[in-house]
Amino acid sequence: MSSHFTFFPDEHKPIEGDTTKMNMMQAINNAMDITLKTDSSAVLFGEDVAFGGVFRCALGLQEKYGNDRVFNTPLCEQGIAGFGIGLATAGATAIAEIQFADYIFPAFDQLVNEAAKCRYRSGGQFDCGGLTVRAPCGAVGHGGLYHSQSPEAFFSHAPGLKVVVPRGPISAKGLLLSCLKERDPCVFLEPKILYRAAAEEVPTASYEIPLGKAQVLKEGDAATLIGWGTQVHVLLEVAQTAQETLGISCEVIDLMSILPWDEETVCNSVKKTGRCLVAHEAPLTSGFGAELAATVQSECFLHLEAPVARVTGWDAPFPHVFEPFYLPDKMRCLSALEKLIHY
Amino acid sequence: MALRSGVSFLRFHALRSSSRLLSTHTRPEVQQNGKKIAEFPGAKAPYVTEMKILNETSYEPIPIYRVLDNNGDVLINSEEPHLDKEVLLNMYRSMVQLNQMDKILYESQRQGRISFYMTNYGEEGMHLGSAAALTPQDLVFAQYREVGVLLYRGMTMTELVNQCYGNHEDPGKGRHMPVHYGSKQHNIVTISSPLATQMPQAVGAAYAFKRTPNNDRCVICYFGEGAASEGDAFAAFNFAATLECPVILFCRNNGYAISTPSSEQYRGDGIAARGPSMGIHTIRVDGTDTLAVYNAVTKAREMALQNKPVLIEAMSYRVGHHSTSDDSTAYRSLEEIQKWTTDENPVQKFRLYLERKGLWNEEAENTLVKDSRNFIVRTMQEAEKKKKPHWKEMFEDVYYDKPFQLQKQMQEMEEHLKKYGEHYPLDSFQKE
Ligand SMILES: Cc1ncc(C[n+]2csc(CCOP(=O)(O)OP(=O)(O)O)c2C)c(N)n1
Ligand SMILES: [Mg+2]
Repeated sequence: MSSHFTFFPDEHKPIEGDTTKMNMMQAINNAMDITLKTDSSAVLFGEDVAFGGVFRCALGLQEKYGNDRVFNTPLCEQGIAGFGIGLATAGATAIAEIQFADYIFPAFDQLVNEAAKCRYRSGGQFDCGGLTVRAPCGAVGHGGLYHSQSPEAFFSHAPGLKVVVPRGPISAKGLLLSCLKERDPCVFLEPKILYRAAAEEVPTASYEIPLGKAQVLKEGDAATLIGWGTQVHVLLEVAQTAQETLGISCEVIDLMSILPWDEETVCNSVKKTGRCLVAHEAPLTSGFGAELAATVQSECFLHLEAPVARVTGWDAPFPHVFEPFYLPDKMRCLSALEKLIHY
Repeated sequence: MALRSGVSFLRFHALRSSSRLLSTHTRPEVQQNGKKIAEFPGAKAPYVTEMKILNETSYEPIPIYRVLDNNGDVLINSEEPHLDKEVLLNMYRSMVQLNQMDKILYESQRQGRISFYMTNYGEEGMHLGSAAALTPQDLVFAQYREVGVLLYRGMTMTELVNQCYGNHEDPGKGRHMPVHYGSKQHNIVTISSPLATQMPQAVGAAYAFKRTPNNDRCVICYFGEGAASEGDAFAAFNFAATLECPVILFCRNNGYAISTPSSEQYRGDGIAARGPSMGIHTIRVDGTDTLAVYNAVTKAREMALQNKPVLIEAMSYRVGHHSTSDDSTAYRSLEEIQKWTTDENPVQKFRLYLERKGLWNEEAENTLVKDSRNFIVRTMQEAEKKKKPHWKEMFEDVYYDKPFQLQKQMQEMEEHLKKYGEHYPLDSFQKE
């Protein structure tokens, strides 16, 4: 089954030094390996994690660190999240794996009502910053209703959480290491189609990519294209095609952090280009694009040449055989970009 | 206003506690074997002066009910259910069809013809034993590995294969991943992926049945021993018991939840032990013994219709990989799989039973296997040729009436496809 995007590997190296060719699954494995090695309080757990997890991100880690540090839990997401909050409350670093982001909802109460509000409701006495919840998200070509969702917007509505989405091996390793050191609980959503999509030259040493900061991946002046996760690759291809066919140069931003998000980078870019397109796989209504669009219009109003465009999944559940018609693919983004330019 | 209601609350509270005080005063002391029985609202039990600590060895393991031995012989004659020849043959035919369907569809996923598949090997006895004990009006909530139940209730191979292909004859209209079957006509609620969600739902449906005059329907809810760890499972047990619902909670304990062995899933005496502790009638049965399962579900159904919920834990072994996304040799040995495939094979046991009764023989077996295989291959080839539903089906059934936003979005896609249709696989989908 062919995928709906072309992978654009990262060219920029976050740090100097040795690199190893890794796909995103290996980069995530590497980040957890570093944490388990350097932080003796760190534990990694979830459904089927002992044998490496269904996407193999934890492969070999139980053999290396023992079954008291890398282990299976019973099949219960609310348990996994609550157990992780408890570990973090007691000072440990908890790396909790939810098997699919589609199955994170039984843990919603623990994450939204407990993890997010832990520091606030205790007057700053307690926190569960040591918790990072990892979950594979997004379209894979054949996942249907319950193996495709992108729930970032649900968590973006929970002050106290940090929500992060990597776009490939290099960003995954750096962002995950940041989440694991972060003083606030993090939800780390891994676009599962990228696990084995392609490899990058990933620095072998430990490094962190700051949370709350977006990255400008390509500079341009005609329009600002904003995405995260897999969608970044769609937008990079859109920018490339727009250059070739429309002769325009677009700026492409990977938001990376959904909550809190990098208003400064986004608004500076839109003030420069005067046009903004946001694209995400999750449905349109109350998708995170709505938040970006509202902020951009209030912060950049006098610079805008056209209303902010949103290209997203439709307001329907994620459908199995209709996936090619559901996704905000290259052609839908290009067509929206064209309208944006000729507004 | 605030003050007034505060006062009346106080007064009400005082009244209530004084009446409670009164009633305990007037009640005589309860004694049992000379021991005083506590009357806490939460427990009525004797007081003792020696501290008692209970653990999983405080009780005998819950025994596993069997009718057949490994050679298909009935162990105790009085336990043999007297099923019609046709019923027995139907049960067996469904098992063989199921095995053939699993073999061929599993292979077709390997060849990239369907996107996903899950086999049912090792669990056929639970499917057919339970299905035969129900009526077509009973409502089924399934997990996903219960296809034998669906076949026995009359879902056709064609419907099932169409679902896996997501073509325009798929009753689910291509929206769900393969193996997420459902049929209103056969009282099978469409399967959903999030585990254990069907369990409290099944209990709610049972409560609705209970409230219908002269109710003669029950609900059966299938779930894995892994799914039983979800909070929803506890909710289902507790609601079923407290609200006294006509429901059979049928656990398929096949030893694994993907790679997680049951030894890491729970401690204590399995899922069955949870039943009595929550006030639910409970039966543990050998899931590889079709007749034992039949008897257990028959009895359970009888009790359920008296609004006594029943938990059945059927013990078995997941012989196949979890799904086409799994390679189970990464976490269990071939010997282990082999042992369960040969020694406790439910299809084999049931076949031997039929042969002993003179209802089945080698020739019948060969014909059935060959016919089933041919039929499924043909069905698959036909399913493959059928177009997927019109892309507009993506926007249907989200709501009963399509809201304005969705109408707008559908229109947007329509205009987009007019212009850029060549970039989409429109040829594989039905046209207007
Ligand atoms: C809420 C939820 N969490 C995780 C999953 C992923 N998952 C699918 S099947 C499965 C194992 C289920 O095991 P069990 O209930 O024992 O059923 P079996 O596969 O053995 O028939 C898991 C973890 C899911 N579908 N839903
Ligand atoms: Mg199981």
